[in-house]
Amino acid sequence: MRQYWWKIVTIILLLYTFLGGLLLEVPRLNILNETIRALYFHVPMWFGMIILLTVSVVYSIRYLKSNDLTLDAKAIEFANVGVVFGIFGILTGMFWAQYTWGAWWSGDPKQNASAIGLLIYFAYFILRGSIENEEQRARISAIYNIFAFAALIPLLFILPRLTDSLHPGNGGNPGFNAYDLDSKLRLVFYPAVIAWTMLGVWIATIRIRLRNLEYKTL
Amino acid sequence: MVYQFIKKEFKQEWRNRYALNGILLYLVCTIFICYLSFNVRTNQLTPITWNALFWIIMLFASVNAVAKSFMGEKSERQLYYYTIISPQALIIARVLYNAFLLLLMSFVGFVFYSLILGNPVQDQTLFLINLFLASIGFSSTLTLISAIASKAGSNQTLMAILGFPILLPILLMVIKVSKNAMDGLEWSASADELVTLLAINLIVGAVSYLLFPYLWRT
Repeated sequence: MRQYWWKIVTIILLLYTFLGGLLLEVPRLNILNETIRALYFHVPMWFGMIILLTVSVVYSIRYLKSNDLTLDAKAIEFANVGVVFGIFGILTGMFWAQYTWGAWWSGDPKQNASAIGLLIYFAYFILRGSIENEEQRARISAIYNIFAFAALIPLLFILPRLTDSLHPGNGGNPGFNAYDLDSKLRLVFYPAVIAWTMLGVWIATIRIRLRNLEYKTL
Repeated sequence: MVYQFIKKEFKQEWRNRYALNGILLYLVCTIFICYLSFNVRTNQLTPITWNALFWIIMLFASVNAVAKSFMGEKSERQLYYYTIISPQALIIARVLYNAFLLLLMSFVGFVFYSLILGNPVQDQTLFLINLFLASIGFSSTLTLISAIASKAGSNQTLMAILGFPILLPILLMVIKVSKNAMDGLEWSASADELVTLLAINLIVGAVSYLLFPYLWRT
């Protein structure tokens, strides 16, 4: 638990993401122009969110099998950080949309789907808050977490593909693969995904430790 | 066992009809309020408004109808079920029973709604198939949500906030298909949506089936 080499790696990768993401050469394209750099900040938020929420669901499933309350603490904290990533994903996406689509919110299927996804997790937090008994809270919210995740999958991966969307990678619009003629974008994009996700894991581990400390002092 | 339990539910419903009648009256009142608030003669609503209004009414009525399936029950009776029936059988029976209830409700709702607000649907068969799939989807989602809400202290608001975001993917699909049915489009135009709807129903149903035993144990 006291290994910290990966935290140093996270910091280095994040520094690289910011420096490389803001300074390196990117493909010159109409409309997108410099906003293509959102790829290093907006897209990793969604990757990070999906990964963190998946981790949270895995902990929920393990909790149901073992009834170990520390696993529940992990599930809630990973969900917390995942939702924070989701909020940042929406905000960065809106910021990007303002410059490329011309409006903060244009009711695009991807925007709507992500908003619904956040609603699902807010409901999860409210459910947690409404139950007093700890064991029950852990069990019921684990069940809802799994149920919500199962409902979220079709929302995020299937629905936007069925409808027309302005979002890159949907509705006949090219994703970044098509812009990326010489793999320059990938050089920063993949490290950025790893860096942001690791930052999320870092935040979650700190919060889990905090939660465990509070639990012990009670 | 499942069959006997469904039979018992029907008998129970039939003996005190006020619950069933209550739901139907709720539905009729809502539709009538909409009719008066819009202050329209028949066939004056635009198709999009007609469609959206119908499904919003259905959504709220469904939440109300299914809410009582676990929340209205005393804990002693739940304990009694626990001793005589397996949780898997219980959830299957409840989902099937609620599906039937919602089917009946949506059918009555559709007839009454068409009667006073007009019926611009061109492809009735597709609309009814859609209504059928929607009832099953609503039932399998809301039955588990109702069980979760009842464990968390029988709060109707909780039921709504837990249920709505999860129902939204189903609702989006359903609204799209029913719009297609209203415009009288070819069935092939709705094929993708119908398959997705079926897939979501299967996912939600399977997850409810797997999760309910854990919830039941608390």
